[in-house]
Amino acid sequence: MHALRIRLGSSQAFVGWLFVLPVLVGLGLFLFLPMLMAFWISFRDWTGLTPPSQSSFVGLANYRALMLDPGVTRSDFALGLRNNFYYVLGVVPAQTVIAFFLAVVVNQRFLKGKGFFRTAYYFPSITSSIAVSLIFIFLFQRNGAINALIDPLLPTDRINWLDNANGLIHNLLAVVGVHEAPAFLENTRFLGLNLWTWLSGPSMTMYAIMILATWTTIGTLMLIFLAGLQGIPTEVDEASAVDGASAVQRFRFVTLPMMKPTLFFVLTVGLIGTWQVFDQVFAISAGGPQKTTLTPAYLVYRFGFRGSDMGAATAVAFILFVLIIVLTLIQRRVVDPEEA
Amino acid sequence: MAVDVQSAKAPPTVLARVEERQPLWQRIGKRVVGYGILIFFAMLFVAPFLIALSNSLKTRPQAAAAPLSLLPNPLSLRAYEQLVGSGLLRAAFVSVVVTVLVTLARVVLDSMAGYALARLDFPGRRVVFAAIVATLAVPGIVLAIPRFLVLGQLGLLNSFSGLVLPLAVDAFGIFLMRQFFASIPKEMEEAARIDGATIFQTYRRIIFPLAAPGLIALTILSFQGSWNEFLHPLIAAPSDPSLRTLPVYLALLRGAGGENLDFPILMAGSLLTTIPVAIIFFAFQRHFISGVAASGVKG
Repeated sequence: MHALRIRLGSSQAFVGWLFVLPVLVGLGLFLFLPMLMAFWISFRDWTGLTPPSQSSFVGLANYRALMLDPGVTRSDFALGLRNNFYYVLGVVPAQTVIAFFLAVVVNQRFLKGKGFFRTAYYFPSITSSIAVSLIFIFLFQRNGAINALIDPLLPTDRINWLDNANGLIHNLLAVVGVHEAPAFLENTRFLGLNLWTWLSGPSMTMYAIMILATWTTIGTLMLIFLAGLQGIPTEVDEASAVDGASAVQRFRFVTLPMMKPTLFFVLTVGLIGTWQVFDQVFAISAGGPQKTTLTPAYLVYRFGFRGSDMGAATAVAFILFVLIIVLTLIQRRVVDPEEA
Repeated sequence: MAVDVQSAKAPPTVLARVEERQPLWQRIGKRVVGYGILIFFAMLFVAPFLIALSNSLKTRPQAAAAPLSLLPNPLSLRAYEQLVGSGLLRAAFVSVVVTVLVTLARVVLDSMAGYALARLDFPGRRVVFAAIVATLAVPGIVLAIPRFLVLGQLGLLNSFSGLVLPLAVDAFGIFLMRQFFASIPKEMEEAARIDGATIFQTYRRIIFPLAAPGLIALTILSFQGSWNEFLHPLIAAPSDPSLRTLPVYLALLRGAGGENLDFPILMAGSLLTTIPVAIIFFAFQRHFISGVAASGVKG
């Protein structure tokens, strides 16, 4: 027995490494090494067109261009942050609330046909982001299905969803008679944009992209919520029912607290995913109209592959990376202080 | 771990009695509201695909004039004929090759690594696992430029290898398989080992068959993920039109249209891109769903 354990022990060490070696080489070559090289590139002026060894060291110039130096690079980056902020602010709550709501409804015992509805809701999640983006372009065009549906409800002209740079907050202010920026908003600047521009709200085009993103993600999140709901022991629910708790009370005091870990997971995944929106922007708007759908992820592509400025592009990528990590950590503390 | 529909069908007695005590109008009322909500959302999620389908079969003027009507009149196959005559078939071929190779590689490599991390006691196991979990947090867009750089250095830009290799190893798949193997009872393989089976034999004869549900989940998630992948093929084959995958082909088709888009063609292309994943989805739904559910439960 002792001899067997020794033989097993040494062969486990050998086979263990043999089994993980291919993925370690793969991850090393296409993940760890690229990350290191990207970090290096973010301090250089590489164009992407010549070998990187021909680029020169520029210190923090790429980061300075994004955050300090006045110019189009900085204002593009600021616009990207602003646009993506509004995107996150709209999409994360909407997808979380709707997905949770649908999971609770689908999970009701008195409703039949769960399998069918679950399939219908999840289907958009498995489709190509580009394919559904094209379908949504068709739905949201000026003479498209969405406008045909909502036209009778609108007091104004048809909305030009895909080419309307007006921000939602600006639009709302215009309704109450504020058409011009107050002087202090006009003149106070942050990252090269004045506060009036920061406070625009998402443009109509960004709104269309937000609706698309929410529509595609709900199904996945609903499944995750559903798995969480079905993980709640029925005894707990029953016990509270015996104690006379109403359905609403059971939801508030039993379901909700027990769903906290799942809720945390869904929020984190949502936050991480929404700060990376790229495919839909590429396919629907390419950053327009008037740069109102530029996002940091799209700027990485635009600076790097369109503007031949790989240095600035990787600097954006690193700032985005840090932002995502920080957000994840902050959120972990807010949602669950005991576990942080 | 899996979302279980069956168990929900047998109502627990206490809650069933609570339900029975409710007046009839309340029991009917909540069903009407419940099904109303379910059907409303089902329409919301399905309608865009139906509209895409009907408009792909319309003429251009008709798609512009009546985008909401579900019955194409006259029925026109022009969009499909034109797509098949253009580069779509080539893009479909590239997509199939890339997807199949990536999926095969992931199933083999991720399951091997997952097994080792779950079951084999080798020095450095914890560090390796921690490193793999850490990479889950790295956003794809952060890797876009550095991968472009590494592929360039390796001479793999604009090649099938460049399209496949970076996607062939995937931290999420390793994580999924590790969790899956860890949930299989240890006694079975211990018995096999005591009977003198080697680690390879144990893996092939005992573990691999038991891991079938996990492997199916990994296969279809990999298939779906690599079929729909857009960013990587976009940057890995920037200057070779014959290496465009379907999503890249579609996005560039839209870009080439500018302001004057041929919507029946775009709808037809979108549907053709969706169909293979849809078929896999309807055939293996349960596994899709357990894969997603597993990813949530671990959190």
